[in-house]
Amino acid sequence: MRHLMSPLDLSVDELDELLNLANDIEKHPEKYAHACDGKKLATCFYEPSTRTRLSFEAAMLNLGGSVLGFASADSSSAAKGESVSDTIRIISCYADICAMRHPKEGAPLVASQKSRIPVINAGDGGHQHPTQTLTDLLTIRSLKGRLDNMTIGLCGDLKFGRTVHSLINALIRYPGIRFVLISPEELKIPSYIREDVLKAKQIPFTEVERLEDAIPELDVLYMTRVQKERFFNEEDYVRLKDFYILTREKLSLAKEDMLVLHPLPRVNEISVEVDDDPRAVYFKQAQYGVYVRMALILTLLGISVE
Amino acid sequence: MLNISGIHEGFVLDHIQAGMSLQIYHDLKLDRLDCTVAIIKNAKSNKMGKKDILKVECPIEALDLDILGFIDHNITVNVIKNDKIVAKKELQLPKQVKNVIKCKNPRCITSIEQELDQIFILTDPRKEVYRCKYCEEKYTNPNRR
Repeated sequence: MRHLMSPLDLSVDELDELLNLANDIEKHPEKYAHACDGKKLATCFYEPSTRTRLSFEAAMLNLGGSVLGFASADSSSAAKGESVSDTIRIISCYADICAMRHPKEGAPLVASQKSRIPVINAGDGGHQHPTQTLTDLLTIRSLKGRLDNMTIGLCGDLKFGRTVHSLINALIRYPGIRFVLISPEELKIPSYIREDVLKAKQIPFTEVERLEDAIPELDVLYMTRVQKERFFNEEDYVRLKDFYILTREKLSLAKEDMLVLHPLPRVNEISVEVDDDPRAVYFKQAQYGVYVRMALILTLLGISVE
Repeated sequence: MLNISGIHEGFVLDHIQAGMSLQIYHDLKLDRLDCTVAIIKNAKSNKMGKKDILKVECPIEALDLDILGFIDHNITVNVIKNDKIVAKKELQLPKQVKNVIKCKNPRCITSIEQELDQIFILTDPRKEVYRCKYCEEKYTNPNRR
């Protein structure tokens, strides 16, 4: 039985296979409409996340399965003090697969050690959020036709943004990848990524402060939200949140076929006037998120559709 | 000159960093063993200037070399049988240590579920970096030399 804790749990070949399956689901959704008939997905969300939870639930419903679960720790037995290990033992009796989000880092891994059903990490604190990374990779590969030989701009909160860290770790497995890291001094990429990942693996990268300077050379621009909950004081948050806003004017400097991605929700780091530009693919990205979760559920349940 | 007699069966831990012997005494849980233990602090050493030494009279199986390798793999372990050194063991960095150190990350699941084993995995043998199995928080050995 397999679980998914980190995007790197999948080899490059396995990832290719998963993304191929997601693309086939996109093209022929009717083929998969009953693939999970009679199967149940448990969504165990110890902290609220409407987007990820609904994406998982939509994925299972699209496959003909059904869903059960809870949307916050208050409405689960965790409020009575039950451990994650005990909860997953019980959930294993009720469902065939589980997607778990937890504010504490490593909680889904603890669950996977006691579980009788596949566990998917749907986000554990600031640690991992593998299905977001799979979504990002599927979006880039589907719309660019490749995951290699690209210049990727990562913009905004590079210090606390776990989606950025995961994406870097996933993309460096492909040849010809170059990063442009665009952030204010206070939110620069952590040194363990700069030193232990980028420099150690000799991945070319530059660090810049101004989005305008970087945008002309990019094939993909990955925007991130400056998250309030990552700051210890309100003052720092207010000062930094508007630092990097993508506007129509800045986008006019970009290549014709550059893609703008964003894990969503956006606050104001992408101006709404950009939404209609064909390069803005963040809403398509949310759709790809459903396809890739469908592919993941099928893969972890070992269901193949002819 | 301080004289401590030899031991019949057990082990001698030599080349311990000066001042570290008491910590090692506790980490190896020697306080729980019903056997003779000599703790020698600040002995003269040509190689180190000063060093600590531990002599323990007990069956050699009682020693957890994994923990010792994690604490300081430069320590020399002499195995004594019938009053003679019969082996010198090379210590290595263990691939994993269990319940020796605690994760200090307040966001780690081990901070709220305290019955969980505290497991650290060796992720960079060159820099001697261990990471928490659950949250991957880094632990760098303060005794590294």
